[in-house]
Amino acid sequence: MTYEQLSAFAQTSGMIYFIAIFLAVCLYVFWPTNRPKFDKAARMPLENEDIGHD
Amino acid sequence: MNQVSIHPKAPVRIDIIFVGVLSFLVALWALFATSRADDFGMVVHGWILLLAGVIGAFTLVFNSAGNGLSYDAKTYSDAIIRYGVIASTIWGIVGMLVGVVIALQLAFPELLYFKDFGFLNFGRLRPVHTSAVIFAFGGNVLIATSFYVVQRTCRARLFGGILPWFVFWGYQLFIVLAAIGYVLGVTSGQEYAEPTWHVDLWLTIVWVAYLLVFLGTLWKRKEPHIYVANWFYLACIVTIAMLHLVNNAAVPTSLFASSAYPLFGGVQNALTQWWYGHNAVGFFLTAGFLAIMYYFIPKQVNRPVYSYQLSIVHFWALIFIYIWAGPHHLHYTALPQWAQTLGMVFSIMLWMPSWGGMINGLMTLSGAWDKLRTDPVLRMFVASLAFYGMSTFEGPVMSVRAVNSLSHYTDWTIGHVHSGALGWVGLVSFGALYALTPWLWKRKRLYSLKLVEMHFWLSTIGILFYISSMWVSGIQQGLMWRDYNEYGFLTYSFVETVKAMHLPYVVRAIGGLLYLIGTCIMAFNLWMTIKGAVAKKEPLILSPSNPNLVPAE
Repeated sequence: MTYEQLSAFAQTSGMIYFIAIFLAVCLYVFWPTNRPKFDKAARMPLENEDIGHD
Repeated sequence: MNQVSIHPKAPVRIDIIFVGVLSFLVALWALFATSRADDFGMVVHGWILLLAGVIGAFTLVFNSAGNGLSYDAKTYSDAIIRYGVIASTIWGIVGMLVGVVIALQLAFPELLYFKDFGFLNFGRLRPVHTSAVIFAFGGNVLIATSFYVVQRTCRARLFGGILPWFVFWGYQLFIVLAAIGYVLGVTSGQEYAEPTWHVDLWLTIVWVAYLLVFLGTLWKRKEPHIYVANWFYLACIVTIAMLHLVNNAAVPTSLFASSAYPLFGGVQNALTQWWYGHNAVGFFLTAGFLAIMYYFIPKQVNRPVYSYQLSIVHFWALIFIYIWAGPHHLHYTALPQWAQTLGMVFSIMLWMPSWGGMINGLMTLSGAWDKLRTDPVLRMFVASLAFYGMSTFEGPVMSVRAVNSLSHYTDWTIGHVHSGALGWVGLVSFGALYALTPWLWKRKRLYSLKLVEMHFWLSTIGILFYISSMWVSGIQQGLMWRDYNEYGFLTYSFVETVKAMHLPYVVRAIGGLLYLIGTCIMAFNLWMTIKGAVAKKEPLILSPSNPNLVPAE
């Protein structure tokens, strides 16, 4: 395998890998049924139920 | 009450056995080190470790006699976070003080060069400063806030019994070993990774324990979803562990010598070092402190984060891109050009997630911007985001090869680092410490909001002095170094470029001093808050009759 072949493979597969990951994240984030889960999660810091501490 | 205590029927406490055995082994090894070490630095480290091992073992014995090692599994572990707040503040002052000292040494080299006390000079003190502010101050802030946030967002007590305490004290021991080592000249010579092999090993044990505590707490969580701040903390802990192990891989010259042969040499060593170095910025100083942003800003504004969906995209984009940006530290070196270009391209791409995160934090204030007028702690958070945005814009610009040919090795880099460190990491940490102290000590309010305001302005002006003087000196350096006369010779000798730096260095030292004074004011304010005092001129109830506190129309 020549250097050019290797670098072409690395560049193409790297690009596909990154775009695939990004699309997967976007799908997860914008999937309509996930919306209520995220809205609920966003409020987590604000709900302060003190269960006692040391 | 669900008391877990040590009596014959109680489950085996692996945490206690682990700390006990480890204390014994450390003390045993240290005993040999004190007598057989090949170098003076190792002898000193031996004595410190011997003392630490003995104290660890005795603490266990004395506490197990009473009920000191038992805990109520249904409550939050907050005592350790109070220790963390105090440790962060103290280390912050120490680290920044050393920073001011070395800034003065650069500004007045004739006055502050100690011929007979080499350990007090710039070369020894510089790593003390960087490690103290990054790992001692920043690290303690990260550990303390992460312990607070993970418990609150998981509704579970910290996992591991006394393991969190081991993490806290073990980390302080790491700091002491590292700092004393640097002063004595015990260093591996790799920037931001100066601790030698035995200190690295100790940090590995402590850090893995930290990871276990964090993961264990996530495992016990009562909320189905893991809040985004915890993702950032976890990315920080996991990635730092990986970076630390790979970059510090070395073979010691003997079991009791501080010197070691690094596994990588030449350009491989340089690449690994800056893969480590840049991701220490990316995962320690960015991801960890973004976790603070994602918990403390919504909390302080009392509104949910602007977009939770953006926070998820922010997280994955940031961690996937950051890890590749390191080679921009090695432009025009023996590193293959394609690898340099790769680092540059990823650095530019980083602009997107960085600004996405900044916008997410800032927009959390939408509809509540008036709080900026009344809440100086919130102002601290917002200013930190502004500096985050600024330094994450400057960074990609500097990573471009053409810009880097001017900026690299000059003070511009130092200025850039400090706009991130003082502006982003420093201010967001101060905000978190100001927020945590009244919560942890159950006070209605900080001792004085006026003092917070004074701290805010002192630190902001200090940062501006610092970064603008470093722009001037950095660009001047860069231009002088590359200036050729008509015969093709360099126009300036090196010492001429050094002389030209004097004034910016004085301004830089003033900026640092202002910042340090601000931190001391914070320490006083936090201390008075802990004592339960309230400033006489600032009544506890914020009444609308006070004209200073009327919200914006």
